Amino acid sequence: MNRIIEKEYFSTAVVKLVVEAPHIAKSRKAGHFVIVRVGAKGERIPLTIAEADVEKGTITLIVQKVGVTSIKLCNLEEGEYITDVVGPLGEPTHIEKVGTVLACGGGVGVAPLLPIVEAYKNAGNKVITILAARKKELIILEEQMRNHSDEVVIMTDDGSYGKKGLVTHGMEEVIKREKVDLSVTVGPAVMMKYCTLLTRKYDIPTVASLNTLMVDGTGMCGACRVSVGGKTKFVCVDGPEFDAFEVDFDEMLLRLDSYKPSETEAYESFLNKYRKA
Amino acid sequence: MNEGLLEFLKKEREAEWRIELRSKMKNKERTQLERIHMPEQEAQIRNGNFVEVNEGLTEEQALLEASRCLDCVKPTCITGCPVGINIPKFIKKIEAGEFLDAARVLKETNALPAVCGRVCPQEVQCEQVCFYAQKLDKAPVAIGNLERFAADYERNSGKISVPKITTRNGIKVASIGSGPAGLAFAGDMAKMGYDVTVFEALHEIGGVLKYGIPEFRLPNNIVDVEIDNLEKMGVKFVKNFIVGKTASIEDLKKEGYIAFMVGSGAGLPNFMHIPGENYIGIYSSNEYLTRINLMKAADPQYDTPVISGKNVAVIGGGNTAMDSVRTAKRLGAERAMIIYRRSIEEMPARVEEIKHAKEEGIEFLNLHNPVEYHADEQGRVKSMKVQKMELGEPDASGRRRPIPVEGSEYIIDVDTVVVSVGVSPNPLIPQSMKELDVSSWGTINVDKDKMQTSVPEVFAGGDIVRGGATVILAMGDGRKAAASMDRYIKGRVREVLTLIGEFKSIGEILDFAR
Repeated sequence: MNRIIEKEYFSTAVVKLVVEAPHIAKSRKAGHFVIVRVGAKGERIPLTIAEADVEKGTITLIVQKVGVTSIKLCNLEEGEYITDVVGPLGEPTHIEKVGTVLACGGGVGVAPLLPIVEAYKNAGNKVITILAARKKELIILEEQMRNHSDEVVIMTDDGSYGKKGLVTHGMEEVIKREKVDLSVTVGPAVMMKYCTLLTRKYDIPTVASLNTLMVDGTGMCGACRVSVGGKTKFVCVDGPEFDAFEVDFDEMLLRLDSYKPSETEAYESFLNKYRKA
Repeated sequence: MNEGLLEFLKKEREAEWRIELRSKMKNKERTQLERIHMPEQEAQIRNGNFVEVNEGLTEEQALLEASRCLDCVKPTCITGCPVGINIPKFIKKIEAGEFLDAARVLKETNALPAVCGRVCPQEVQCEQVCFYAQKLDKAPVAIGNLERFAADYERNSGKISVPKITTRNGIKVASIGSGPAGLAFAGDMAKMGYDVTVFEALHEIGGVLKYGIPEFRLPNNIVDVEIDNLEKMGVKFVKNFIVGKTASIEDLKKEGYIAFMVGSGAGLPNFMHIPGENYIGIYSSNEYLTRINLMKAADPQYDTPVISGKNVAVIGGGNTAMDSVRTAKRLGAERAMIIYRRSIEEMPARVEEIKHAKEEGIEFLNLHNPVEYHADEQGRVKSMKVQKMELGEPDASGRRRPIPVEGSEYIIDVDTVVVSVGVSPNPLIPQSMKELDVSSWGTINVDKDKMQTSVPEVFAGGDIVRGGATVILAMGDGRKAAASMDRYIKGRVREVLTLIGEFKSIGEILDFAR
């Protein structure tokens, strides 16, 4: 049981939770994630650690309401407990000085991107960060990103904030303007796919942090498997970051929808119950 | 059997109550008795529910079965038990009608008798070397069924005995993993007075006993009672804690733990690496069983989903494959198939599991191997191409090698596939402890007699050492690790005492103790 110390709404659909987890706070590195379960009948879902405070013994999770579990999580209040939090899991980000890093985050993918940006900056890189979302309210962590980036470019689909356009438009502008040595992309799978198509065109090495389905998160079940360079890899122990040029995003997109029909059904029945309550 | 043990057993056998029992019935009468068949749920009913298949012996049946045991002078059965249960003693306690005492005898050497009575492969262990099987060519005494009877009787009586703990020495030791190896280790260490903490990565204690073995073979509440018992003995359990990730062994040493038992189990599931294996609806057996057993995906009250269709193919021939295919049947599969590349004789699964599966209507496609999978536009598996096999010369395992029959391929419609072709060891501990000597398979290398790794204060057992074995072998490893860890710790203490005796400085002693 892990207590929620602080809760903040970034938007109606995105919530920041600061959670008591002293061991995890101490052990985590950029790129790590946790597995979370809400309620005795809950499922296990992976969430990346956005920030940690070793002294306070807390980690920060950023959650978007997309399904039953994320809504249950977002409905928890300060002082309440998350049933299970385990981690840190996965391999940490491989950080080195490469020169200029183009960090691209979409939606809540910006949360896991934050510690990666921070680590690349601390390693002496020039970091240009692109934050992309559908509209202004969904842009998160802008200030924190500015603190660790040399430049932040905001892109919104509807132009309600920053520049109008997709993440790839922002990327291409930077790539045409200056030499980029490495691109990091974190966000919805389809966004990462298109980011990678672009960087491949310009021959810029790219890392993607994958957000597949998971059950145990410790290498036991293989729910998270993806094809990387034609080989089957487990995101939970081999990842979550991979050479994006090698990732089969189309297969990953299909697998992410494994439970679409039952999820939609579960989501609707949950909403019905929730509205009645 | 070693001399000392034989001496001890002989002495026990001469106890008055044992002599009296033996005199009650002639051996000839005893051997005339037929082995009692375990009552079980009717196949066509049980394949639609998750209630236990085996129903357990009644008191009358247990008394009768126990009286078949001849209380041999040289009880070879004990040599067949990986945890060294005093088999004749507990069986004679049953014959004497002292069922609670029988359970107490079991618990002297076995932390989980209700579990072992259900899932041990007795037919290749104690029962295989029973006098009946060895010399009389008759069905052996049903040792496993009797073990289960005694353990169940005790649990249902509400008078569960907690093994006595003489003195607590306050020395902190840890088990990494709460599966059979870890639980057996914890039980023995607690009995010897150690302060034992068991760290578990998942949100439930029990490891494979919970996520792997289905309810119809081993109900979770039975595992929970055994765990409760360990708690009463002072064992502490910490869930959601991954040693090597949440904290390192070094961190735990700083918290005062001085020795460790790694029982982290089999991790990564193996796949066959054939085209289409990542389509939706294709699971590893670990994932399929974890979703259903641990996460209760088949219960609509629970959030975790699972796809379990009408045409389910399970690839493999082990116990896990049987567990998966019988689960699929229970979840409503019209065709639940085993697809195995060798013949039925070569299947590694227990004979009882294969028999139960057949009775329940499982189809066996032996000498068949999947070649590729096909999917619909959404990426959901819809069919598979299989190839027929024939048996050639024996291979390294002594089993005849399956050889593909050219041109024999055909298509089977499937909507769910469970790949159950073995597992590789969990990589987390070796990854986090580089100084640990690991085999090319990823298993931890140990001194087989001591279960000690290349790091002296770290012991290991179960699937992380064996690659893939049984519950009882893991428990045997856990017990062995406990005994040698105790010797190791006492040896260290003696060395420190010697140094103190030699008036070494505190600094030197602390250096050594570190």
